[in-house]
Amino acid sequence: MTFINDQVPDTGLNIKLQVNGQPVHAQVSVRQHLGDFLRESQGFKGTHIGCEHGVCGACTVRVDGRAVRSCLTLAVQADAAQVFTIEGLSDDPVVRALQNSFVRCHAMQCGFCTAGMLLTAAELLQAQLDPSRDEVREYLSGNYCRCTGYESIVNAVMDAAQTLRKARGE
Amino acid sequence: MKAAPFKYVLAQSLEHCLELLSEHGDDARLLAGGQSLLPSLALRLSAPALLIDINRVSDISAPPQVSGGVVRLSALTRHADLITSPVVQAHLPLLHRAAPWIAHPGIRNRGTIGGSLALGDPASELPACAVAAGATFILQSKSGGLRRVPAPSFYQGMFRNACAVDEMIVAIEFARMDALQTGFKEVARRRGDYAMVGLAGQARRSGQRLTNVGLSFFSVGDCPVLASKICQAIEAAENESQAVAMALDVYQRDMQASADLWCSSQAKKYIGRSVLEDVIHDLYQ
Repeated sequence: MTFINDQVPDTGLNIKLQVNGQPVHAQVSVRQHLGDFLRESQGFKGTHIGCEHGVCGACTVRVDGRAVRSCLTLAVQADAAQVFTIEGLSDDPVVRALQNSFVRCHAMQCGFCTAGMLLTAAELLQAQLDPSRDEVREYLSGNYCRCTGYESIVNAVMDAAQTLRKARGE
Repeated sequence: MKAAPFKYVLAQSLEHCLELLSEHGDDARLLAGGQSLLPSLALRLSAPALLIDINRVSDISAPPQVSGGVVRLSALTRHADLITSPVVQAHLPLLHRAAPWIAHPGIRNRGTIGGSLALGDPASELPACAVAAGATFILQSKSGGLRRVPAPSFYQGMFRNACAVDEMIVAIEFARMDALQTGFKEVARRRGDYAMVGLAGQARRSGQRLTNVGLSFFSVGDCPVLASKICQAIEAAENESQAVAMALDVYQRDMQASADLWCSSQAKKYIGRSVLEDVIHDLYQ
């Protein structure tokens, strides 16, 4: 019995998913990773591709509610998933607060790592609105800033946490 | 870089997956979380002909379950689940304690325990936990059905384990650790990076004595190293300070750490001493 040649044409597979709240149908090459699919086929270039082997965190997106590295997820694996890139998250109150704090605290230099930082930090603040600096550093440890602007980035996440706590009336 | 071309099949069931493995053997790789496999493809360290995606196989994705004195974790349990699962928190404190040290949040969200245990990276946390705790691997293949392999004999060398080419890990079982003391420590250059040296341990404490001590170092050899002589020394000790002294004595005499690209064997041995001391203190907490 052969499954491979019967089931998987080399031209790719059809996937159906939601990207930033919109339904998407596409045919993808099975070796294309989700980050390339989002950028090249869908035009969401806010997702930055850095190392392409899971080290830098720049390509972080949200898949089914969880922050994941889009370079370590195949596009075919996103079939039936809810995917959000930074473009689709500016209305999310946590991401918006983080974006404002990043601006206020000058938490970016070249900006390449920023989308990944925002999505990772948003996951932390969704779970915990009162993290310590150490917890923030630890949570962001998988996201590189090659400009080494970490101090301001941690300041910004602390600032956003405070803003969100205030908004909640604490 | 981009992965070399491969074919891809989404396994529809455990049976389908085992059928594919039996047909394609070593030409196929199972794609679970993909957090080690996809980097190795992207770096062209490996180029399998076929990826069998097992993420939708429901038989291996049940949440952690307690049954009598045993906790069963399905192969597709994500690392992040080890942190959030109340069952793991209550009954497998060693894993709950080790999980935050596994890579970074984005990787823990997708990476699976079955994948990590099957790969057996010498620097990874979970294989060492499995060995320290004397866990049992549940393997399955089309030809051989189900079989159980105890953790120490599962690992057989650098990236080598007891799985036959047509076999896969479907679950891992741990004896409940509710009444045990646990300890875990690793030293890495950056949080979440591969450990230079790490140690997982558990023991039963009664007064000043420790019994049933299990200690497994990682990132010091080809696979997790069960430190049996150190465990015996600790069990023979009458109190905490004696346990530390006797364990360090054995460690100094017997421990061999192999160098990696970033850390010499001398440096590893030096760091390992303080790691061992910290873990023994954890076991006496």
